[in-house]
Amino acid sequence: MSAGWDSETKETVKKIPLLTIRAGPRDKEEWGKRLKEELQALIKYIQLNKATDSDWFTITSGKDGTTWEGKCWYIHNLHKYEFSFEFDIPATYPAASPEIKIPELDGKTAKMYRGGAICLTVHFKPLWAKNCPHFGIAHALCLGLAPWLAAEIPFMIDEGAIKTSS
Amino acid sequence: MSVQQPSSQQAPSRPRTEKLSDAVVDTNPYSRLMALQRMGIVKNYEHIRSCTVAVVGMGGVGSVAAEMLTRCGIGRLLMYDYDKVELANMNRLFFRPEHCGMTKTDAAAVTLAQINPDVALEPFTMNITTLKGFDAFKASLTHTDTGKSRVDLVLACVDNYEARITINQVCLELGQIWMESGVSEDAVSGHIQVIIPGDTACFECVPPLVVASGIDERTLKREGVCAASLPTTMGIVAGLLVQNVLKHLLGFGQVTRYLGYASLQDYFPTMAIRPNPECINPLCRQSQAAFKVKAEQEAALQAASAPEEAAPAKADLHEANEWGIEVVADEPSGPAASRAAAALPQGLEYSMPVASMDASNLNRDAVESNDDKLEDLMAQLNAMSK
Repeated sequence: MSAGWDSETKETVKKIPLLTIRAGPRDKEEWGKRLKEELQALIKYIQLNKATDSDWFTITSGKDGTTWEGKCWYIHNLHKYEFSFEFDIPATYPAASPEIKIPELDGKTAKMYRGGAICLTVHFKPLWAKNCPHFGIAHALCLGLAPWLAAEIPFMIDEGAIKTSS
Repeated sequence: MSVQQPSSQQAPSRPRTEKLSDAVVDTNPYSRLMALQRMGIVKNYEHIRSCTVAVVGMGGVGSVAAEMLTRCGIGRLLMYDYDKVELANMNRLFFRPEHCGMTKTDAAAVTLAQINPDVALEPFTMNITTLKGFDAFKASLTHTDTGKSRVDLVLACVDNYEARITINQVCLELGQIWMESGVSEDAVSGHIQVIIPGDTACFECVPPLVVASGIDERTLKREGVCAASLPTTMGIVAGLLVQNVLKHLLGFGQVTRYLGYASLQDYFPTMAIRPNPECINPLCRQSQAAFKVKAEQEAALQAASAPEEAAPAKADLHEANEWGIEVVADEPSGPAASRAAAALPQGLEYSMPVASMDASNLNRDAVESNDDKLEDLMAQLNAMSK
């Protein structure tokens, strides 16, 4: 992993189990196996977070595991900022990584594509490619969404673009 | 969202052309194109009218490529994009301020129908990377009766890896040749690449190849925006792309397999990218095997045919060639071309790392296999999210 990552993130991501099945939602049979691995990894990741009192998201999926949504939050100066996020599993997953969206933040930062998709090009995409197909949704949240929130939320607070939810 | 029939919005600028004329008169829209035949560059220009090209992504490269193909009189043009035109696009060519708010596909269809009413235009407003989008995209390229591809070429003019991987997969499934194009995020370099399933590297054989910017990465300012763009670089890449398309469709010159453009040094690296026998995409490996069999059969057939046919084919002569001048093609440098694939030429680099994972790491850190049912795991995750 590149030197730019904070040691906490590095330690956490090492503890998230790796996935072994290379399959996307178009692979009918194998997708079920991959989905099981995704769920196992996510459960482990949330357990880790709860154990260290650093829980920062919830997540649920539709029945076939192709659409996901949840809430993520970020604490800044003792205030909590909470947002709904969502993403679909792309047809060519896991070659293509999930495109995580926070629609309510659309237009509030330049590090975002239309519709509220967070910009992952620089910090996350190369890592995903290097570890394909062993990274899954849990890794995308840990290495994609979490660092994005850490970089963008304080900036948006300073700009007055967002207000605390507690 | 209603899709209006673009051609019904405005009366056509001229009647449709039945047969292309080579008459040199001011009123003939094809006189300069048909002159390519007279000059001996192209054997049968009118063939372009029977060709269908799909342009995926109608941004700074795709919209300009679509206009070039329209002006060249392409038979049928399929256009794909999910985005709308906005003022932030005005630093690039083709779209105009009055198009703002329209979908890129509809705005393009209106303009292109005016420029050349002979071209059959099919706009598709869709995102091809989603599950639904993938199927819709593949269906739109497929002939309903035969199940085979109905297009001669797919052009990738998109700005992201996910869309390129989608095009790669659809084209592998259809055995369809496609051409990739791209412009760097710093707007100063670009590339085009031909992908022939089984013959060349597919998009998953090796990490995407891009032109090195020649700038120290650490001095790049990335704050604030995700990507820069210039009408010049995008116009040049569109021009390089469509030139390669014309050569491929009309059978003239040499179709370049990979051509890079580094504008800061005005450097244009080229190379051939051989397929990877261990490509992670099983369809690519199948295509490679099929291509190998076909190539061997063709070689055997050629060896068995008359010896005079083995002599180098004569280059096209001008129709009126009273001096009997002919140009003899250079010997193709076969071994050199395959060597080039092994090492990247100076100025080219992979845009992403090669996938790699230590097997022992994977054994140690992978999820444990268990007998939990999918539904139970899902319920467990839901319970944690309350």
